[in-house]
Amino acid sequence: MKHVRNTIKATAALAAMLASAPAIAAWEPTKPVEIVVAAGAGGASDQMARMMQAAIQKNNLMKQPMVVSLKGGASGAEALMYMKSSDGDANKVLIAYSLIYMLPLSAKIPFNWRELTPVSVVAMDQFVLWDNAAGPKTVKEFIAAAKAAASPFKMGGTGSKREDHVLTVFMEQKTGAKFSYLPYKSGGEAATQLVGNHTEANVNNPSENLEVWRAGQVRALCVFDKERISYKTKVTETQSWNDIPTCKEEGLDVQYLMLRAMFLPGKVTAEQVAFYVDLFQKVTQTTEYKEYMEKQALKPVFLTGKDMLKFLEEDDKLNASLMNQAGFVAK
Amino acid sequence: MEALGLLMHGFAVLLTWKTLTLMMVGLVLGIFVGVLPGLGGPNGVAILLPLTFTMDPTSAIVMLSCIYWGALFGGAITSILFNIPGEAWSVATTFDGYPMAQQGRAAEALTAAFTSSFIGSLAAVLLITFLAPMISSFALKFGPPEFFSVYLLTFCSFVGLGREAKHKTVISMSLGLLLAGIGMDTVSGQLRMTFGSNDLLRGVNFLVAVIGLFGISEILLTMEERLALRGHAAGISLKVVLKVWRELPRYWVTLLRSSFIGCWLGITPGGAIAASFMGYNLAKRFSKDPESFGKGRIEGVFAPETAAHASGTAALLPMLALGIPGSGTAAILLGGLMVWGLNPGPLLFVEHKDFVWGLIASMYLGNVVGLVLVLTTVPIFASILRVPFAAVAPMIVVSCAIGAYAIQNAMFDIWLMLGFGVVGYVFKKIGIPLAPFTLALVLGNRAEDAFRLSMIGAGGDMKVFWSNGLVGSITTLAIVLLFWPVIERVFAGAGRLMRPAKA
Repeated sequence: MKHVRNTIKATAALAAMLASAPAIAAWEPTKPVEIVVAAGAGGASDQMARMMQAAIQKNNLMKQPMVVSLKGGASGAEALMYMKSSDGDANKVLIAYSLIYMLPLSAKIPFNWRELTPVSVVAMDQFVLWDNAAGPKTVKEFIAAAKAAASPFKMGGTGSKREDHVLTVFMEQKTGAKFSYLPYKSGGEAATQLVGNHTEANVNNPSENLEVWRAGQVRALCVFDKERISYKTKVTETQSWNDIPTCKEEGLDVQYLMLRAMFLPGKVTAEQVAFYVDLFQKVTQTTEYKEYMEKQALKPVFLTGKDMLKFLEEDDKLNASLMNQAGFVAK
Repeated sequence: MEALGLLMHGFAVLLTWKTLTLMMVGLVLGIFVGVLPGLGGPNGVAILLPLTFTMDPTSAIVMLSCIYWGALFGGAITSILFNIPGEAWSVATTFDGYPMAQQGRAAEALTAAFTSSFIGSLAAVLLITFLAPMISSFALKFGPPEFFSVYLLTFCSFVGLGREAKHKTVISMSLGLLLAGIGMDTVSGQLRMTFGSNDLLRGVNFLVAVIGLFGISEILLTMEERLALRGHAAGISLKVVLKVWRELPRYWVTLLRSSFIGCWLGITPGGAIAASFMGYNLAKRFSKDPESFGKGRIEGVFAPETAAHASGTAALLPMLALGIPGSGTAAILLGGLMVWGLNPGPLLFVEHKDFVWGLIASMYLGNVVGLVLVLTTVPIFASILRVPFAAVAPMIVVSCAIGAYAIQNAMFDIWLMLGFGVVGYVFKKIGIPLAPFTLALVLGNRAEDAFRLSMIGAGGDMKVFWSNGLVGSITTLAIVLLFWPVIERVFAGAGRLMRPAKA
């Protein structure tokens, strides 16, 4: 379960990129660019896409407008197949997350991320263990309560055999407690159900539980990373993101981070890739991006070129082994 | 009165020139689709939905809901002038409205229809204003078992209370449930019935199905019947309007009864169609002179129109507070909300106050503006029907195709829509109702997910559906409604046995 997410490395890569800033890109889009979201409206991917749309528009980073296109059908498979069938069309950019590794394994979708063209990794997303504000106050109490419960604790999450489900299985393996995993359609629904006390916990991304956390309806127990989230501004009355302990600190040694990355369809030219690398690099320097990272407690990362490929291959292996261990790979 | 304060805030959000203009545009478009046979409210809203994607949510929902009100108003025009119900729920309006038009009292009938529509909507909006805040806190009580019991109630009430033959309702519903299963299954994370096709990955979109089932099939039927659209010119003078309004207070019992029926059926998913028939039938039953109904009695226009509009409006309440649409159009509005990133449900009233109260305020404003608009523009809209059908039909087909394509930008959906058109035509020919089919297509997935989540949570114990007062009473009610025809017969039989015993 060790995997290295080196922010320093990312920063170094960014610096390298800046130093060797490419000459003025010869290609630029001639019609509106479609940013393809592999999730429903209002989800984390959608919000991020809209932030980028706003950042690009407000800072005049591109002449053509950018439109957000929601393709969340079939748990996001719709977007993957759409990108796969758009070979050579450089007016479509996918905003991807770990479904690019997991969905082909669990649902046998005929898709491989290597068929698309990686542009850049733009952020890493955290996972947090949440329980109802009226529930146990620490991870230890939570695990103890889960073990003592007559019927298994109900864990809500997004979709089946995906990140949330994998994390639940690993929590079971590490602690010996049993959970019933309830797959909801979206993180928002999982949040509402936790507030209504229909589930005992969820492992939502920070952005998905932000509003109910601020409303004091849920408690953040621990974050699934090897270090705490860096943001120290108060989010709720009493807590900042930095106040949430890591799960390891609390004796639950499970870590998982999720990539947020941009992909072009296959068979695009080097100039086209260069244009988008440059574009998203500029996006990561805007105030919109920086504010968004802090508000949603994302880890700012920028990887491209060889670094990105290396990262994707490692991440792919890691996710595949997690899926295998959890027993989620379709035969 | 917290509600009043919030409502005033809602009006403040709305009273900008931009919103008011959108409101007018929406109403005019709505009346237009309401008047065109085969288009109607759900289709109109479905086709025009993509237009609003670029707007901010409040403007978008104001415009869409005004299309909805417009369609509700528009449906009455063709029923009265041409005996063609533009909407299924306008059927009952033709019973007395058309005879009135034949007697040269078209203007009177139209005024009656519009005014009673307005009254019905107003009653429902008042209900929403004062009940909505309560409903939202109540809604947090809904977990998977509660949601499933509500869906079960909807399905059961369609079977038990529907006017069509029971077996046909069940056939239609089962086919809908089957199609709803296509695509990704959320609970297991597996694909079902896609047969390796990429187009089937995302499942059958219910809007595409609705446009085909209702729009295209209606065109096919009209073509077969060689329906000539012929109309009389109609104008409304202020004198007639005032005359009808003076008569209005005499029918207060009818208006009140119909409003109540409409609100009740709108909230419990029964739909506007049932409400309009029920309103008409009850008015006839309680009238001192039931014989005069169907021969041009103004009360026969008041009753169904009030009920239809009350239920059409009240249907928005469960949609907003629980995410459960009470009518076809409400279901499409629900889809719209999700597109704008608003998750209808318990927290909508807490997290998006501006939006919710803006919408409720727009219901008041939209109805007032709509009433004035329809009263002044009747002659213009009526003239649409003087255009030959041969010219109107291609326009409707094209608008349906654009609508189906625009939902997911997929060519496949146009073929699917045409396929559903044929299915709808066949269903209408052999008398299988379309409503249960559409209902199953909308709710099938959610009902299945809710059921399976309940089972996972309860470890497969069916008692979870009676585990607390709320879920228990809904489930029991659902089962009672399912067997209602049988129960009614048993009671009637028992009643017959009792009487001789007493005598």
